[in-house]
Amino acid sequence: MPLIQMPTDPLVEIRDLQTHFFTDDGVVKAVDGVDLDVHANRTLCILGESGCGKSIMARSILRIVDAPGRIVNGSITYRNAGGETIDLAKARHGSRALRAIRGQDIAMIFQEPMSSLGPIQKIGKQITETILSHRPMSKAEAKETAIEMLDRVGIPKPAERFEAYAFELSGGMRQRAMIAMALSCQPRLLIADEPTTALDVTTQAQILDLIAELKDEFQMGVMLITHDLGVVAEVAEDVAVMYMGKVVETGDVYSIFENPQHPYTKALLASVPRMGAKRQRRLPAIRGMVPHPLARPSGCTFRTRCDHFMPGICDVAEPPMIATGDSRAACFLHTEVAQDG
Amino acid sequence: MLGYVYRRILYMIPTVFLVSIVTFIIIQLPPGDYLDTLAAELSDSGGLDSGTLEALRDQYGLGQPMYVQYWKWITGILFHGDFGLSFEKNLPVNDLIWDRLGWTFAISLLTLLFIWAVALPIGIYSAVRKYSVGDYAATFFGFIGLAVPNFLLALVMMYVAFKYFGQSVGGLVSPEYIDAPWTWDKIVDLLKHIWMPIVVVGTSGAAALIRIMRANLLDELYRPYVVTARAKGMSEFQLLMRYPVRVALNPFISTIGWILPTLVSGEIIVAVVMNLPTTGPMLLRALLVQDMYLAGSLILIVSLLTVLGTLISDLLLAWIDPRIRYQ
Repeated sequence: MPLIQMPTDPLVEIRDLQTHFFTDDGVVKAVDGVDLDVHANRTLCILGESGCGKSIMARSILRIVDAPGRIVNGSITYRNAGGETIDLAKARHGSRALRAIRGQDIAMIFQEPMSSLGPIQKIGKQITETILSHRPMSKAEAKETAIEMLDRVGIPKPAERFEAYAFELSGGMRQRAMIAMALSCQPRLLIADEPTTALDVTTQAQILDLIAELKDEFQMGVMLITHDLGVVAEVAEDVAVMYMGKVVETGDVYSIFENPQHPYTKALLASVPRMGAKRQRRLPAIRGMVPHPLARPSGCTFRTRCDHFMPGICDVAEPPMIATGDSRAACFLHTEVAQDG
Repeated sequence: MLGYVYRRILYMIPTVFLVSIVTFIIIQLPPGDYLDTLAAELSDSGGLDSGTLEALRDQYGLGQPMYVQYWKWITGILFHGDFGLSFEKNLPVNDLIWDRLGWTFAISLLTLLFIWAVALPIGIYSAVRKYSVGDYAATFFGFIGLAVPNFLLALVMMYVAFKYFGQSVGGLVSPEYIDAPWTWDKIVDLLKHIWMPIVVVGTSGAAALIRIMRANLLDELYRPYVVTARAKGMSEFQLLMRYPVRVALNPFISTIGWILPTLVSGEIIVAVVMNLPTTGPMLLRALLVQDMYLAGSLILIVSLLTVLGTLISDLLLAWIDPRIRYQ
């Protein structure tokens, strides 16, 4: 089912989001005009190489981009349970409205559970802190909720672990504790920023299963950021492929995997090793390097590495997002311009 | 945790023992002894004959080998609480030092509190508002505080307080209160005086700690766990205090260990300049005339206080940082 026919209003609507970093060497356009819809009860995977802006895009939603990064343009419209909307991109930094959404409506888990948890604060304290900032509960009730949550994410002896410190837990347990913390207020959207990158493969699978399970249980939307196509194949319902701060293709997971439209998506999928593929053949790789963020190519940013580069077209204008096949892609191969020329 | 405390206290014993030996050797290092100084001082007014000198030397046990003298001294302290005799004053050391040690201890403690009270908020501000006007101002005054010698600061402050505020300066209380019993007025008078040595002695320590706090906090401010806390919906102040400041506090507490000895030794010159009734001037005088038991006892007790300070800072550290406790 293509994204455009989604029946309900999206939870978060991102329009022309631009988050730029103002460094001494120049402006780095980490996110440069992203349009994206995030829906309740669906898992959206943001796929892209390191440095493509997927993390910054996700952090922009919660407005936790560190200086010198700043949202310079665009809107992030969040629709709360009552149907009211708020533009997170315009919310004042540190305002009450923004803080009320963080952790309660939209929660986030991060890549490195060790460094993302406070090093000298008890796990339990960090969870109850979240609950107490959003819910009118007594400390004892918050503790009870936290222990229930630790139990729910599969941490054995949750009452004991409540008193534990991050350095006393294994990597997988830490990430479970992170998830417990993020879900303690039953958010409507969970943003997971490469939650399994720091974990071994077995633990990875367990954590992904847990997220999928909790998504169904809490009916929440999940935005999962990853560079791992295996992860995408496993959990995604919708996929957005990012390259150099832009979404180049979006669609549901089947169309993206079976009928990719953008040359970048095709190249990414081609570079995955396959079981039973012919031996003695080099694994195809995307040629060249990601351009330096301060030296962005004109026109289509992927043209420097693209096998279908059309001089006079791709380097002149930026390709618009258009519906093609079962997905939407930003490539001149699918526009009238290219067909005319 | 209890095991850790016991272990730390046990480690103190050999440390203090070594300190006592080194102390004794150091006070014996200058050539001659108290009687030589005495003979030299009295030589103008006729002098002492060598027979009297020998008799005195015998009486004080100064002719004996160093280890015998050390043994007598240390066993006297350990078993009888007797720190020996001050040659110059001809009084037991015990009668002379405790008042002054009390003041030294009180001033050091108050100075430490002053340093913390100043360095913590300014250090946090400097880090959070990096490169702001306030940060530059704090840095500027910090470096001035580090660079200006204590005694000069003492002189300037005394001059300003005397000239422009008409305050009596020098000493810890006004002259009329020195032998007066403790009354409310005397306490008020004490407070009017005591802030000055505290500020003078504490300025350089505070300046150093501001720099340390700023650097520590800057290291922590952009850690992922701060982002996590922000993503949870905590207010900036709340998350600042509960996460990065809490972690950055570690080195802050361990500084008690090294700040105590610098306070005590830094206080000596200031105490001479400001005429404070602390151990500083007494120690200086005792070293000059080779009043060895007085000097040795002062150095020993101050060293002991320093070792205790380090112990306290270690225990505090273990208390606030589980990673140290669980080793």
